[in-house]
Amino acid sequence: MRNPQLDAEGRLVHLLTLEGLPAEVIVRILDAAVPFASISERDVKKVPLLRGRSVFNLFFENSTRTRTTFEIAAKRLSADVINLNIGASSTSKGETLLDTVDNLTAMNADMFVVRHAESGAPHLIAAHLNRTGRSHVHVVNAGDGRHAHPTQGLLDLFTIRHYKHDFRRLTVAIVGDVLHSRVARSLIHGLTTLGTPEVRVVGPKTLLPTAVQAMGVQVHHDMRSGIAGCDVVVMLRLQNERMKGALLPSAGEFFKHYGLTPGKLALAKPDAIVMHPGPMNRGVEIDSAVADGARSVILPQVTFGIAVRMAVMSMLAGG
Amino acid sequence: MADVKIEIRNGRIVDPKHGVDRVATLYVAAGKVAAIGAAPAGWSPTRTIDAKGLVVAPGLVDLSARLREPGFEYKATLESEMLAAVAGGVTSLACPPDTDPPLDEPGLVEMLKHRARSLNQAHVYPVGALTVGLKGVELTEMGELAEAGCIAFSQSEAPLVDTQVLLRAMQYASTFGYRVWLRPQDPHLGRGGVAHDAEVATRLGLAAIPASAETIALATIFALVRETGASVHVCRLSTADGVAMVAAAKKSGLAVTCDVAVHHLHLCDNDIGWFDALCRLVPPLRGTRDRAALRAGLADGTIDAVCSDHSPVDDDAKQVPFAEAEPGATGLELLLPLTLKWAAENKVGLPDALARITARPAAILGLDTGHLGPGQPADICIFDPQQSWTVIPSALASQGKNTPFLGLELAGRVRCTLVAGQVVHED
Repeated sequence: MRNPQLDAEGRLVHLLTLEGLPAEVIVRILDAAVPFASISERDVKKVPLLRGRSVFNLFFENSTRTRTTFEIAAKRLSADVINLNIGASSTSKGETLLDTVDNLTAMNADMFVVRHAESGAPHLIAAHLNRTGRSHVHVVNAGDGRHAHPTQGLLDLFTIRHYKHDFRRLTVAIVGDVLHSRVARSLIHGLTTLGTPEVRVVGPKTLLPTAVQAMGVQVHHDMRSGIAGCDVVVMLRLQNERMKGALLPSAGEFFKHYGLTPGKLALAKPDAIVMHPGPMNRGVEIDSAVADGARSVILPQVTFGIAVRMAVMSMLAGG
Repeated sequence: MADVKIEIRNGRIVDPKHGVDRVATLYVAAGKVAAIGAAPAGWSPTRTIDAKGLVVAPGLVDLSARLREPGFEYKATLESEMLAAVAGGVTSLACPPDTDPPLDEPGLVEMLKHRARSLNQAHVYPVGALTVGLKGVELTEMGELAEAGCIAFSQSEAPLVDTQVLLRAMQYASTFGYRVWLRPQDPHLGRGGVAHDAEVATRLGLAAIPASAETIALATIFALVRETGASVHVCRLSTADGVAMVAAAKKSGLAVTCDVAVHHLHLCDNDIGWFDALCRLVPPLRGTRDRAALRAGLADGTIDAVCSDHSPVDDDAKQVPFAEAEPGATGLELLLPLTLKWAAENKVGLPDALARITARPAAILGLDTGHLGPGQPADICIFDPQQSWTVIPSALASQGKNTPFLGLELAGRVRCTLVAGQVVHED
């Protein structure tokens, strides 16, 4: 099966994953985001690129935060935005995922921003639209299961490029619950595609996928060796329900081994930046002194996230 | 029926059990194989079938075909799937107990047998539920179920969490000589998983099932077989380590048999691609090394038989995200061509290949079928080994069009199927 996000000429029609995206396409998105970042700082924060277009935020899994960033991005592009929090209720009504999509397509949607708890749901929607001759309706993956969160990956790349410029000289450590993280998977694909020579994942064996090294990363179980000499430290969110049980004995023990403290950060390069996709668990994966410290770029990530999402939406649907 | 006399002329008769492989004419009278080669005295056929260039083989014996009745008629019906069976040259099939309700009461088994008999096509041999409701707690009335027609007992895909219940079930079954069929998967390690625990599952973010889920279950099964002397058939092996364990167990003298699903001879986890729900199978498609071991294990006899693991699924149940998709693939009509494909690729001769879908599964079922001995009920599959056809929905009689092989061109087309001397399918 061809990657359904590219058309026969290799053009991007949906954004589903960073895996398999050519480096030029990623760079083009990052470049396109640069002027949008400055638009967001103007008094009038709107451009007419998507005027008259309808963007449906199709959230099968709740996430006010991600939905809001997409909503802001679409509105700054002058699109009409319709938010649908579908949750688990639609399945209980008997309507299938693709029924929902067909109904909304019949209302002349131009773009679906899809968040779903199951890996592959946006692929299913995109393949369905392609197969039924409706590939002019674009799908943006806003996070599917453990699989991918490509706009988060792109905003992470944008942030890294903003502060560190050249990926080909960097060492990046991604720390924490990689197993359940779509953020980590997308960032790994993006970093390796852009030629980052050393990407490390750091965590206990229970939180790293079995074959993660096959994604082109080095595996570290010791936080100290894992972040030693790094240019970028990306901390992942640890979900509440995973803090205690068979994956980890306790949040406290996790923090002891893998929490980012000023002492551990001192092992990274002196100018290393610290990133986090949010929302943070202070005192679980990150110490407040680091989160609020001089090397944290966590809030700029949020700002850049709007610009990157504007770039993606305008590239897909802006003609 | 007594006056129907069919002459199947000049086909390549391949009967693996009796070592027959020659071009000859086969004579069917009174529903039975009357003679091969020379016509019986006073022979005058009521019908002749020209089998020149075709293979005349025993009807295929499939160890696992879901007919979806009772309870899942929206997926498939007995009518549609019995047509699919004979279209695939299958004349005897075992159906697992995972219907709704499960086959845990004699009445259900009798009804199924009765419905199947009235259709007058392939012979249906139900596998009874090992525990009530497949819940893994209480034993079923195996004696009653066996009298009703169950040829073995299994949990199908329902987990049997309590090892003590498994031990008791094997003790009880072996007391009366009933066979127990088990699909080896540790219920804890298998929980929630939908893909082989390796690179593909890691990349796609799919919950994984490690190979150890199979090997741990095999170790448990073999230990209990040693302890109880139960007669156990291992269903649908999927891993290289599993194949090695079965080989070692057989070498040590343990009387176990095992099968592999025909899909697993050809596919591996890479075929999932971008979440192709048609590749959502149970057991999961494993790695290339596992596939190679299954292919070799089938060739060297570690694996006794190939089954279709036929599981018709309605379209809607596959048009959902991968993990939510209902597992299974349609298989009755692909069993022969996919087995031939394995044989051609592994340089296995036609008689050896056919043995794995005729005589050997018949032996596992404990049935005197799957061969063409004189006086044997004439269950016969006549096929063109060269004729290629493309797997498209309209080419399949099964109500389930769900197969990862859609679009593929396969060699081997069934031209005519006879059950008890009656032509039940002609292409």
